[in-house]
Amino acid sequence: MRIAVLSGKGGTGKTLVSVNLAAAAKKSIYIDCDVEEPNGYLFFKPEDVQEEISVKIPKVDNELCNGCRRCVDFCKFNALSYIKDKLIVFEEICHSCGGCIILCPERALIERDKVIGKIQRGISYGVKVNTGILNTGEASGIPIIKNLLMENQFQGDQVTFVDCPPGSACIVMESIKDVDYCILVAEPTLFGVHNLNMVYDLVKLFNKPFGVVLNKCLEGENPAEKFCLEKNIKILCKIPFNNELGLLNSNAEIVVRKSKKYSDIFTGLLEAVIREVQYEATTNS
Amino acid sequence: MIISIPVDEKSLESEVCISFGRAPYFLFYNLDTKESLFVDNSAANSQGGAGIKAAQIIADNKADVLLTPRCGQNAADVFKAADIKIYKSISASVQDNIHDFIDGKLSLLDEIHPGFHGHGGA
Repeated sequence: MRIAVLSGKGGTGKTLVSVNLAAAAKKSIYIDCDVEEPNGYLFFKPEDVQEEISVKIPKVDNELCNGCRRCVDFCKFNALSYIKDKLIVFEEICHSCGGCIILCPERALIERDKVIGKIQRGISYGVKVNTGILNTGEASGIPIIKNLLMENQFQGDQVTFVDCPPGSACIVMESIKDVDYCILVAEPTLFGVHNLNMVYDLVKLFNKPFGVVLNKCLEGENPAEKFCLEKNIKILCKIPFNNELGLLNSNAEIVVRKSKKYSDIFTGLLEAVIREVQYEATTNS
Repeated sequence: MIISIPVDEKSLESEVCISFGRAPYFLFYNLDTKESLFVDNSAANSQGGAGIKAAQIIADNKADVLLTPRCGQNAADVFKAADIKIYKSISASVQDNIHDFIDGKLSLLDEIHPGFHGHGGA
């Protein structure tokens, strides 16, 4: 069972929810796909093993290149230019499709590995913690996310929690495309509704079953809750805006391991999500 | 010497286009023969890397200099490799910019922006 946690903006509580769900599940897998700024590991503090992740980019042998420019014309991303009898490769623009290498009639292009980041793996009690880290300045973390999700795909008996990057762009799509269920985390403001709407559109587009966690709930009106009620969206749980929670969280503590109250909240949420996934599985089979 | 300029319209009275990579046309003005050549910018609708492709067009048309209000890092890298100098255009007609260049009134473009890369930019 794979569950993604996402939100339209940063700071709504994706990591709070996914880290604490993984901890509440006891034996589980946590995958931090927020590769530009992963922070789940700060809570789990696992003993890490690291592996570098690289992508394939073209390398030219200018002795063999005859300047036919087939590669330049082919590249849809314009990652190649041919200037003064020399081919120039723009590494940051290249999407590693490999088309230029296949097309080159002179075999002047070969593949070269370019390191773009790394994956850290470790264990925190029963939770297998996987963290993707994109090197600063790199354009796309998608190759790292593909790697993270691929290597964790055969452990079907454990619940996997995917902590997504914020927003609803390609990198989030990559993170959720193979999950069974999406949890959308929302803040109780108008801005929060706008951001919730972004991921709401996304999960509908992907035809994923989903529910909402309302975070930072205060007394009084909650525009995000109103949005859910209007759209008939399942509200999984309401997490109160609370000093104790904020303090524990800002000290990088996993609240379910520190407080009975929060252990109950997240265990309840976990049970609700598992029920939802099983309900989806039976109604769709 | 050939001067290249991103332009909004195929005319010497046109304004210089505010974008380099996504300008609709490029003017190639030959200072020796006084001939003007307007070329469609096939990079204008690129999904990405427009600056690189546009710079390739400038280099392929054998320009020696480019007059533009701004230029991104990737395009600037192409111009450097191609030994094409970039001058900062003024907000006036293409014609006036050519005159100012001839009179030595234009300065080299010293601000290269990192690129908009899918984020538009005005």
